[in-house]
Amino acid sequence: MTGNPLPARLFPAFSPVAEHSLLVEFGESIDHGIHLRVLQLDKAMAASPFAGFVEAVPAYAGILIRFDPLACDHQTAERHISRLIAQEMPVEAAVPVLRVVQVCYDGDLSPDLVAVATAAGLTPEEVIAAHLAGQYDVFMYGFAPGYAYLAGVPEPIRMPRKPAAVRGVPAGSVLIAGPQCLVSTITMPTGWWIIGRSPTAILTGQVDRPFLFDVGDRVRFERISRAEYDAGPER
Amino acid sequence: MTQAILSVSFAGPHVSVQDGGRPGLMRYGVPGSGPLDRRSFSAANIALGNRADAPGIEVSLGGLVLECLSGEVGYAVAGGGFILDHAGVRRGSWTVATLRAGEKLAIRPGPWGSWCYLAFAGTLQVPRWLGSASTHAMSGFGGGRLGAGQRLHITGAERREEREGDIPCPVTARPRNELRVTMGPQQRFFAAEEIAAFNSGPWRMTGAWDRMGVRLAGPMIAPNAALDMPSEPIVRGSVQVAGDGVATVLLADHQTTGGYPKIATVLDCDLDAFVQLRPRDRVVFRAVTAVEAIGIARTAAMGAAAYRQGLEKARATLEQRLLSENLIGGVIDAAG
Repeated sequence: MTGNPLPARLFPAFSPVAEHSLLVEFGESIDHGIHLRVLQLDKAMAASPFAGFVEAVPAYAGILIRFDPLACDHQTAERHISRLIAQEMPVEAAVPVLRVVQVCYDGDLSPDLVAVATAAGLTPEEVIAAHLAGQYDVFMYGFAPGYAYLAGVPEPIRMPRKPAAVRGVPAGSVLIAGPQCLVSTITMPTGWWIIGRSPTAILTGQVDRPFLFDVGDRVRFERISRAEYDAGPER
Repeated sequence: MTQAILSVSFAGPHVSVQDGGRPGLMRYGVPGSGPLDRRSFSAANIALGNRADAPGIEVSLGGLVLECLSGEVGYAVAGGGFILDHAGVRRGSWTVATLRAGEKLAIRPGPWGSWCYLAFAGTLQVPRWLGSASTHAMSGFGGGRLGAGQRLHITGAERREEREGDIPCPVTARPRNELRVTMGPQQRFFAAEEIAAFNSGPWRMTGAWDRMGVRLAGPMIAPNAALDMPSEPIVRGSVQVAGDGVATVLLADHQTTGGYPKIATVLDCDLDAFVQLRPRDRVVFRAVTAVEAIGIARTAAMGAAAYRQGLEKARATLEQRLLSENLIGGVIDAAG
């Protein structure tokens, strides 16, 4: 690990991925402007796909465009995508869809709340207030089914990851690390900080809408009491 | 409806229900899953006369022992060089037969291969998730892993005598240790000597594997830059290098995104045969261009289609053969 700086790259950058995909990158950092271009291409591809298009996987700074190698190739896909990008899609004026996620911050459901408060020099109530005040956007899904990465944790409660992961963290845990927040969907080890528990199902179990969020949605957390949490998800 | 009930006497680790998988949901964090060796899986189904993606069982090197408690059901086994013990009679995988009440079927590792597939002539009753019975290892969603004591219910179970016999094992089903890759998409994190080391190896499979991926042993190819890249999509076949310089080939149940750089990506058409390698087997990477990759994939698809047609043809020949046998059988039935 010499830590040499990488040479500057031109964007958008196209990279072939095996015989079936192109990775289209608009930058190399977690940034709203870069992510907006990812979302625009995602929408444009959904509206005007090329023959053989299979799926698009948006991430922070890039989007993977998958195609059927029997029906398309990298060059054809790149030409089509370049045309879409060149059309300078108007910046989406529409207000993003708002999703509300309930969260209970009670002691046994928020094992790291006190530690986060101590590290941030705040009281637990101030940590909760800061978390509730954040404006969160769904940047991408990753890692595991329904793991939506929500960017927008306010500066005062941004924490580096724990040095070691904690095992057996239950589904529904509200986790934060750096600028990111997520609500876990399965029992998993995690090095993120557990500040609450949500009864809101991200894996909805509904056939027509199996995942609560779309990439690009806005999320607001709503505090609920222990009694409301114990009563289960809102209907 | 006729039903067959099987009891699981023993199931090794990683033995699970799979079907055609769960494509198109990567954007929600859901990998495609499905069989690790998709070609052998579909061969078992097609040879039996099923849809190519009907739910079946993926058997690991741990093996599987079933007992038929009631009813009878045709089955096919394809993939690897596994050994079957059916009611005391030993034979190789790549076969179609009928399991009857009171009989045991044991599937154990044989001379080669790491995965084999068991398909049934009927509908395996298993839970589905997002429209697929494929088991997602990390969550257990889908049809699920098999465990001792579990019962398998197969509805519409029937014999398929006309399909019984050997399934031809194509050369493409044999373990493949030369993996064609496109470089990247994050090869910029590696210095020229690391890229050269990746291309020259030598690499070997290790015992650190599951349905999410397999770790390789070989040269250290530590990234040459700070690992500050935002998470990028991962595909089945991504060769990811963690900060410690260890390379992992991601497989069917991979994470959908990751923050470690991918030095190369194995062509999807090479993955089915790759997973049949065993720990300590040699692996060689050969870089190809995007244009070459398309050509290789199309050639492989033509070969796979020809093999499938071959299975269909073999079936027609069998049917013709069975036609005469049925006539004889009819005489016996009439007499008895």
